[in-house]
Amino acid sequence: MIMGEQKPLDILLGMLAPYDKIVLAGCHGCVTVCRAGGAKEVEILASSLRLAREAEGRPLEIKEVTLERQCDPEYLEPMRPYLEDYQAILSIACGAGIQFVAEKYTSTVVLPGLDTTFIGVTEKQGLWVERCQACGNCVLHLTGGICPVARCSKSLFNGPCGGTTTDGRCEVSKEIPCGWMLIIERLRSLNQLENYRKNLPMKSWKTSRDGGPRRIAREDLME
Amino acid sequence: MILKAFEKGADGVMVVGCLEGDCHYLSGNLRARARVGRVADVLDTIGMGGERVAMYNLSAGEGNKFALFATEMVDKIRSLGPSPVNVARKSRQKAPA
Repeated sequence: MIMGEQKPLDILLGMLAPYDKIVLAGCHGCVTVCRAGGAKEVEILASSLRLAREAEGRPLEIKEVTLERQCDPEYLEPMRPYLEDYQAILSIACGAGIQFVAEKYTSTVVLPGLDTTFIGVTEKQGLWVERCQACGNCVLHLTGGICPVARCSKSLFNGPCGGTTTDGRCEVSKEIPCGWMLIIERLRSLNQLENYRKNLPMKSWKTSRDGGPRRIAREDLME
Repeated sequence: MILKAFEKGADGVMVVGCLEGDCHYLSGNLRARARVGRVADVLDTIGMGGERVAMYNLSAGEGNKFALFATEMVDKIRSLGPSPVNVARKSRQKAPA
């Protein structure tokens, strides 16, 4: 899922300072799962903002809404009927959702309530960890299902480097397991160590962000 | 829900859970305590004061202790005075339209 974290309240209050009536828009997609921008977070953030502004003596009227997804045009439509009554939309979807809202409603100010952080997984309740950098050319079949791009701090293709500690941690942080240590251990347990003995070819980053904004066009699905 | 209570005019909120280690939902009261801590952080950030919310643990048979905790909380909130939100609301009501 796409992970996000709510921006600090003081930053949000600063952003909202010019406005008295806003829409606070959550998303039922990824940011609901990572507990950053779903219906519950809309409720909590709305209460926090209202209390802060009331204490300042400048009440803030908030229309709370959580859309099915903010990254699909049809799900953005429900906001249209009431948008002209509000001065701005504070979206707590991921960066893609926030931008899509701004593209759809060009005459309304759209503000980001979240910082979008990474594509990750829920390791356990309350702990999310990065797993994919969307490089556009997956090599997980060669590396035992563990990504050298996302899991190695240096995105090495033929690791490990000399910075691995004896207990298999990364020199960047003790919190980070060495991605290549994980790959080697997994390959060993799968009896696929021959994959490790092959040099992985230099990665072409053309499929990654280096080629500019990416797009996927499926003509079979287009109308 | 705790923040809603403050929006509705509460000057303080006391959350009472079962004794730690004695929760019907195993760790529900521990998670509640962590969430109360998060609400306290929010209240601190927005200038309401995190001390306006507190979590207490006791068993259903400890009526006296409940009364003690409630008195302690009420005394604490009285000493803090009305919340900044209630102060602002009152001054707006007094201000001429």
